[in-house]
Amino acid sequence: MHKYIPNTSEEIKEMIDRIGVASVDELFSTIPDEIRFKGKLNLPKKMTEQELDKYMRELAAMNSSTDDLICFLGAGAYDHYIPSVVNALTSRSEFYTAYTPYQAEISQGVLQAIFEFQTMVSEITGMDAANASMYDGSSSTAEACSIALVNAHKRNRILVSEGLHPETRKVIHTYMSGRDAVIVEIPLKDGETDYDELALLCDDATAAVCIQSPNFFGIVEDMDKAGEIAHANNAAFIVNTDLIALGILKPPSESGADFVVGEAQGLGNPLSFGGPHLGFFATTNKYLRKMPGRIVGETNDAEGRRGYVLTLQAREQHIRREKATSNICSNHALNALAATIYMSVLGKKGLQELALRCANNARYASEKLVETGKFHLKYNKPFFKEFLLEAEEDPSEINKRLLESGILGGYETKRCYPGLQKGWLVAVTERRTKAEIDDLAKKAGGKS
Amino acid sequence: MSKLIFEISRKDRRAFELLSTRIEQKKAEELFPERYLRKEPARLPEVSELDVVRHFTELSTRNFGVDSGFYPLGSCTMKYNPKINEKVASYSGFANIHPYQPESTVQGALRLMYELSGSLAEITGMDKISLQPSAGAQGEMAGLMVIKKYHEKMGEYQRNKIICPDSAHGTNPASAAISGFDILQVKSNERGMVDVDELKRLVGSDTAGLMLTNPNTLGLFEEDIVEIASIIHKAGGLLYYDGANANAILGKSRPGDMGFDVVHLNLHKTFTTPHGGGGPGAGPIGVKEFLYPFVSVPVIEEKDGTYYLDYNRPDSIGKVKAFYGNFLILVRAYAYILSMGAEGLADVSSNAVLNANYMLSRLKDVYDVPFGERCMHEFVISGEKQKKMGASTISIAKRLLDYGYHPPTIYFPLVVKEAMMIEPTEAESMETLDEFIAVLRKINDEIEDNPEEVNHSPHTTVVGRLDEVKAARTPVVKYSFENNDQ
Repeated sequence: MHKYIPNTSEEIKEMIDRIGVASVDELFSTIPDEIRFKGKLNLPKKMTEQELDKYMRELAAMNSSTDDLICFLGAGAYDHYIPSVVNALTSRSEFYTAYTPYQAEISQGVLQAIFEFQTMVSEITGMDAANASMYDGSSSTAEACSIALVNAHKRNRILVSEGLHPETRKVIHTYMSGRDAVIVEIPLKDGETDYDELALLCDDATAAVCIQSPNFFGIVEDMDKAGEIAHANNAAFIVNTDLIALGILKPPSESGADFVVGEAQGLGNPLSFGGPHLGFFATTNKYLRKMPGRIVGETNDAEGRRGYVLTLQAREQHIRREKATSNICSNHALNALAATIYMSVLGKKGLQELALRCANNARYASEKLVETGKFHLKYNKPFFKEFLLEAEEDPSEINKRLLESGILGGYETKRCYPGLQKGWLVAVTERRTKAEIDDLAKKAGGKS
Repeated sequence: MSKLIFEISRKDRRAFELLSTRIEQKKAEELFPERYLRKEPARLPEVSELDVVRHFTELSTRNFGVDSGFYPLGSCTMKYNPKINEKVASYSGFANIHPYQPESTVQGALRLMYELSGSLAEITGMDKISLQPSAGAQGEMAGLMVIKKYHEKMGEYQRNKIICPDSAHGTNPASAAISGFDILQVKSNERGMVDVDELKRLVGSDTAGLMLTNPNTLGLFEEDIVEIASIIHKAGGLLYYDGANANAILGKSRPGDMGFDVVHLNLHKTFTTPHGGGGPGAGPIGVKEFLYPFVSVPVIEEKDGTYYLDYNRPDSIGKVKAFYGNFLILVRAYAYILSMGAEGLADVSSNAVLNANYMLSRLKDVYDVPFGERCMHEFVISGEKQKKMGASTISIAKRLLDYGYHPPTIYFPLVVKEAMMIEPTEAESMETLDEFIAVLRKINDEIEDNPEEVNHSPHTTVVGRLDEVKAARTPVVKYSFENNDQ
């Protein structure tokens, strides 16, 4: 018998006798014969653990990781350093082998950790409340659009800035395809949402205005202006942001955000080839009872001991079914735990220091690259940890050359922005050293 | 009482360090306009590294996972999460790769996804797999949108009704609603299965499809599935398979052969990836060939031994998440499939079903069994009899905590009063089942003797029953710094 299945043949015999059947196979007799699978599944041959380990190592070795490559690629997934304590603690199996904490008395560990996560996200964004997590930044943004739409009487337009990550915009389109919604994309002007255009298009049919800051090109947007336009038209203001940037940038709450959402992979979660990442979702008290996903609340037992429970469950699919605010069930609790541990490591000062280091590194890298004479900054706007260059050379060629030297170059904007054929989006986190940045400039600037 | 991390914070204590740097460091005011800047720092805790370690280690001791003990949570398939899966998912070549790296530098990752897709297609009897959805509910949404797009492509815009049984998971109607469908509910018959006659009355030219879990949430195989499929298909609708209960059918019966057109699998259930205290999971979908043009982009294709992402799919529903899927979960699921092989997977279902039936046979004289003498991988008993004696299902569940068990799923499915849904999985031994059975029988005796004792349980946990009404009425969803003058 397999090592993951403990029943011995003697026990199996005893069990079928007790049940009163002649064989285990008889237990499957309710499956009509015509749809019984009679052969053997055509799957790869069973591997022992040692063989499996070797095969997986081989597959992993066919990939070049950020241990092998110096990473200047961002565009929605970032190479931040993960302190050892994060994995050491998330690897405790009491956390990772648990289900959603339905039984609060034996789940206080994960419930309290989520409560701490909610507190940290609320604190950084300046919002009243945050939920236990969403799948990723794209789905959390789409869910915010849904809530805004459902709660806006007879309004069906959602204005989305083109500065929002292209994949997030695609996900919004998919999530909204089942609803009576019109999505209008607001173009950029000099790398920032065109606020004149936004003001023109925002009207009494607009349910929500959705802006990303720092936007896809790393530019810090004028959130006060965006918030004013949205609220002048009684539309909800959805802000997609980077929690690390908020170490130095003004919390979106101060610009009147109704929903603050985004991707928090950079907080203690690896790049993972795109998932699992971590969506966060924060809002005001007004929308607390409309929020999607799990929410943990503080309460007490009969003896007055403090404890935590999943709360406001009347919003959720297992109670409300088709009338639920969202269909989400599993979320990304373990990624949220990693982020909670990471934010505890950062602390009050660390978050600021990290943000400032990213911003300074990015500024230095932009100057070094522009100095080569082969690039210019596409937009003259303040940026955070990422910036858009326009290259003389085709960025694909630059990236090929860099890869040969073990450098993972920037994102080629022609992939998603046809108007930016020579755009090269470079991300610089706190991990990058002066020597690495100097080397990037040298190799990106010179033709081999 | 466990302190919150904010309550152990001490000014200027730290656990964070940055690289030293020779790059000139400007202040925030020099980099950004004043009006863009934060004035007050976020009040994250100021703690040492050991503080962090002790705090979260202590929290972990206040939590219960599959590694802690028996976890028969019905419909959730809480089976052993093999350690090798965790190990391989942590390899840098998997964990530390960027989704936008050139395809030439991630061939191993793409190959793994391609091979996993092939295995999942074989297991489900479907033609093609899309690995993108993050969880079962997102898989449902993606699958239903595929169905919607297909009908639209056929010019049948009027097909706006999805039929769900009354025993369905809550995500089914919720996913159908957000995908833009109206929901029709079909009743269960006296055998706990879809009422075929009522189904015939419900279908029509507006039928988009039927969502079904098979075995259903009562742990029963829908014996009329072939006829059900025929009714739906004849009406012009499609069949959606909720794979939450796929642990019962591996190598025994395939949704594709049952007549389903779209399937989702919960890799965090059937394929042993850990639940993580509520995720991350992964909810890939499988489709029949004619629906493949509609799945989310990109899909992974292979040509001459090279793997690539194909975005050129004009009929696709678009994207349901950024990038390609919960890759590190996919790695674990594939590791599991490889460590089981075809015969191993069939043994999984044999033993999962055997264990469930064994438990049922030893509990049915004490607890009411509303449907059937037999079950598949899980079964539902009712605490109605015990409730009449003075302790309801919630108390039985809480009493189980005192004995060191995670309780079954309770009050679901909705069609059974005082429901307890028990799923032992194949990973548990006969003596574990025997001990649990003995405890459930003992609790019944306790209720006969003194229901109040059971009603006041749990007695041994770090907190007693928590006041959920208070939590919902006056929600406290974050720490109040102001009231705790930090």
